[in-house]
Amino acid sequence: MSIAPPTFESTPRSAAAARSEDYLWTLNFGPQHPATHTTLRLVLKLEGERVVDAMPEMGYLHSGFEKIGEHLTFNQYVTVTDRMNYISPMANNVAWHHAVETLLGIELTPRCKVIRTIIAELARISDHLLSNGAVGLDTGAFTFFLYAFYQREVIYDIFETLCGARFTNSYTRVGGLSQDMTPLVVEKIRTFVKTFPKTLDDMEKLLTRNRIFVDRTKGVGVLTKEEAINRGASGPVARASGVTRDLRKDEPCLAYADYDFQVCCASAGDCYARYLVRMQEMRESLKIVAQAVESIPAGPVNVGIGQRTALPTKQQVYSTIEGTISHFELSMSNRGFEVPCEEIYAAIEAPNGELGFYIAGDGNETAYRARCRPPSVLHFAMFPHLIRGHTLSDVVAVLGSLNIIAAELDR
Amino acid sequence: MPSATSSVDTLLAALTEVCGLFETSVFRGQTRVVVPAERLPEVLSVLKDRGLDLLVDISCVDYLDYRDPPMQMPACAGHRYGLVYLLASTATNQRLTVRVFVDDPEPAVASAVPLWEAANWLEREVWDLFGIRFTGHPDLRRLVMPEEFTAHPLRKDYPLQGRGERHNFPVITRNER
Repeated sequence: MSIAPPTFESTPRSAAAARSEDYLWTLNFGPQHPATHTTLRLVLKLEGERVVDAMPEMGYLHSGFEKIGEHLTFNQYVTVTDRMNYISPMANNVAWHHAVETLLGIELTPRCKVIRTIIAELARISDHLLSNGAVGLDTGAFTFFLYAFYQREVIYDIFETLCGARFTNSYTRVGGLSQDMTPLVVEKIRTFVKTFPKTLDDMEKLLTRNRIFVDRTKGVGVLTKEEAINRGASGPVARASGVTRDLRKDEPCLAYADYDFQVCCASAGDCYARYLVRMQEMRESLKIVAQAVESIPAGPVNVGIGQRTALPTKQQVYSTIEGTISHFELSMSNRGFEVPCEEIYAAIEAPNGELGFYIAGDGNETAYRARCRPPSVLHFAMFPHLIRGHTLSDVVAVLGSLNIIAAELDR
Repeated sequence: MPSATSSVDTLLAALTEVCGLFETSVFRGQTRVVVPAERLPEVLSVLKDRGLDLLVDISCVDYLDYRDPPMQMPACAGHRYGLVYLLASTATNQRLTVRVFVDDPEPAVASAVPLWEAANWLEREVWDLFGIRFTGHPDLRRLVMPEEFTAHPLRKDYPLQGRGERHNFPVITRNER
């Protein structure tokens, strides 16, 4: 962010060409604007209504999350990861602890894996509802947006029953979860699975074959497959361009290998394709949740006492010596568990793309370096490439379809 | 995953054939290759041609405060910055981590932008937060911090609370005509 005049990253132009472009009009889009997704800035160079160039600027929400990661323990930092992609905080929690457990070499219990899969998929549905809802809202479809948000409220209710927080859940812990899933939560998820498909059908009836919406989004912001790979796109943005990469199938973690679902891809690479990919992905996620919720294995949700990473149950603390020792070691601030002095990278398929954490450990419970690889940075970086030649009204459609969350962008 | 590691071995063998031997190590199934800074563009382009077509991330670790260098990576001993290039293949799902170690003063490395456009903003962020120059980058300026910011915040010698920049923004006055 700057107060200096913007410099455009586009192809270098000669002085004569630059003079002939004096008639171009610079428009500042953001950081505050009803349509921008949170605080990001675009400086657009317009020729009438056509966008000749765009310079994206970020950094308005930078909060030093990566520096904070060097001062908080793993279980404390999960609260910070909530605030990254705040539309689907459960997915960030799962991603963070997946990385920590990869570093520590912990194998989760089957019950924990299934529960984490369920909440990650519910977070995916929630994120796609908001993303497509925002595309609808930005292009003028207010009812679509409200249908999506009603279902998000149902998901928030499930999360609140599960862990007490609708939004910034901080639900996962090293080696397990903070609370187990109760039968009431299972009932609520079953009800959601029964009632959600009808809302999806209503939403599709509103927009998918709507002439206005299709005209606004078809052929807009086209991303070819080679460009998608070159620019590092991932998630629905890449899959809508034909890159068939989905970490749930390619590097299955948690319980994804046990469930039957399909990877949704398209080949057009425009905003309409991204919208369709997200709608279909919601159906596939619902299939995973429906299969998973019927077959949650019984058993403990945290890893055993021998691993010394998850807090033991109260019964173990009061009746066994290992429980008491383990509780003491984990709760006292100058103790804690041993972490190898090594570095790893682990990623999951977050709703937005490949969300990965590169963690360097240095022996104690605080990471030496906790780098978050956010999909939104690479998607925002390719925005100028997508928007050149389109009109001003396409800017909001493309920005919405990329689903850029500023908190994940800036960290 | 066992199959991914074994196919990475063939990739590393091909790299050794073309560029010579580099130090490699494996931890939790993830392979790391340590490359000297001057060989980096050559190594990255060989890896890209051999199938690692996706640049996942470029980041950096500042080893100023490190207590003991990790067992598997003695190359970091004595160096301050360890750059991390994470590469992946969309066709075969292999992953490879390329490490490059650079030092103060004037840490610099060749830019990967000619190979991947994704490197553009990722390198800007490393320049912004760590101060490592990427020679050949088309537009190396700050990404996350304001343009007027002078320090590189993610270095270990920069304090968590900052040095008072938040309270000393330059005041802009409007000229009244």
